[in-house]
Amino acid sequence: MNLYHYASPTTFYRLAGGLVPWLAWAAGLLALAGLYIGFFMAPTDFQQGEAYRIIFIHVPAAWMGMFIYVVMAFWGAIGLAFNARLAFVMMRALAPTGALLTFVALWTGAVWGKPMWGTWWVWDARLTSTLILFFLYLGTLALWSAIEDTRRSDRAGALLTLFGVVNVPIILFSVVWWNTLHQGSSIGVTHAPRMATVMMVGVLTMTAAAWAYTIAVTLARARRIILERERKTEWVQRILAQEA
Amino acid sequence: MGRFLLSVVRRDLTLAARRRGDWLTALFFFVLVSSLFPLSVGPEPQLLQRIGPGVLWVAATLASLLSLPRLFEDDHRDGSLEQMLLSPSPVVGLVLGKVLAHWLVFGLPLLLVTPLLGLQFNLPAEAIAVLVFSLLLGTPILSLLGAAGAALTLGLRGGGVLITLLVLPLYVPALIFGAGAVGGILSGTGAEAHLSLLGAFFLVSFTVAPWIAAASLKVSLG
Repeated sequence: MNLYHYASPTTFYRLAGGLVPWLAWAAGLLALAGLYIGFFMAPTDFQQGEAYRIIFIHVPAAWMGMFIYVVMAFWGAIGLAFNARLAFVMMRALAPTGALLTFVALWTGAVWGKPMWGTWWVWDARLTSTLILFFLYLGTLALWSAIEDTRRSDRAGALLTLFGVVNVPIILFSVVWWNTLHQGSSIGVTHAPRMATVMMVGVLTMTAAAWAYTIAVTLARARRIILERERKTEWVQRILAQEA
Repeated sequence: MGRFLLSVVRRDLTLAARRRGDWLTALFFFVLVSSLFPLSVGPEPQLLQRIGPGVLWVAATLASLLSLPRLFEDDHRDGSLEQMLLSPSPVVGLVLGKVLAHWLVFGLPLLLVTPLLGLQFNLPAEAIAVLVFSLLLGTPILSLLGAAGAALTLGLRGGGVLITLLVLPLYVPALIFGAGAVGGILSGTGAEAHLSLLGAFFLVSFTVAPWIAAASLKVSLG
């Protein structure tokens, strides 16, 4: 199998077009199943009552939000090292979903925090680091939108993401340390002491849904970006003529 | 490379000496912003002592952001930056020279006025000493990370605001450790741990940021 074959925008466009509907259906079905498990099958938590059920949205979104940044840095490095156009396209296609999921994690965290901790926001280490991650996403998006030249904006975004990914562990560490030093564990993250298997299955199903959703949306977005960038080529002209 | 670096520093210092307004503005901004806080939160000495280290650190980061967009901008506009990139000397040397000059022009004066502002915030002498030391370690970090941001946003419309969005999240560790060191002294837990971590963060920035900035300069100038 020749991987370079799929690095060509033409092949990738077709392949991604074939994959998107499957992934989108998978995401929808998995999300339905996960939500059903989460809201109807999982038992009520003896400490947190019903409110804990937001975990089924919160945790997958947070995981995905963090993971996407690393994947972006990966594609950025590939793009810079091998001068691969498609890698930059993937990086760009990932960023809005990453920002969205990080925001969802923050939002659901606040909604969860209100009944549990009695406050929408605590300067807890995890909350703070997620907020900073969200800012890093916004910075990358702002940089892209400020540079008109595609080549330059791709590379600048890749460099920024690489720089950010070096810094993320340091930021995480500094924030964890900052919090534990000053605030103590009076509130802290009230972790579910032991998770029932059903809850775990629910979280994992929702995580799988988040993966499928992310890949589907990313590929769909990547296809649009390819169309925009290759609009002068013959094959895109043909596709556009068909769609019009 | 050493001689190239020195010549870059000397050139930038000469330019700064001829246009004093540029860097004095950042310094004045630092003093002004810090002085606004007692006016807005109230003059109680205890409160001021509590927030002083953090306020001064935030003011220092903002002041550095104010001066950073100019780091490469002037040379870019008159074309000399391109010539310097074309020269056989490594771009990293150019970046390091620029950063060093920026620190001498921006960081050093800031360190000199900090004790006065510390007095305004009712900080004891020991805490002021730690504050100055933390800024001595921290302001080079601001210049280094900021250089990468300035290189990325070179020549963009609204680059000044954009650099803030890019660089401020990356400043977070410096801010935490720097202000934390002074807080540690005030609360009696000691400043050593924070200062060591700040030093470590400086070393990491020193090894990573110049390369990112050099690569970004090449990207920005096509």
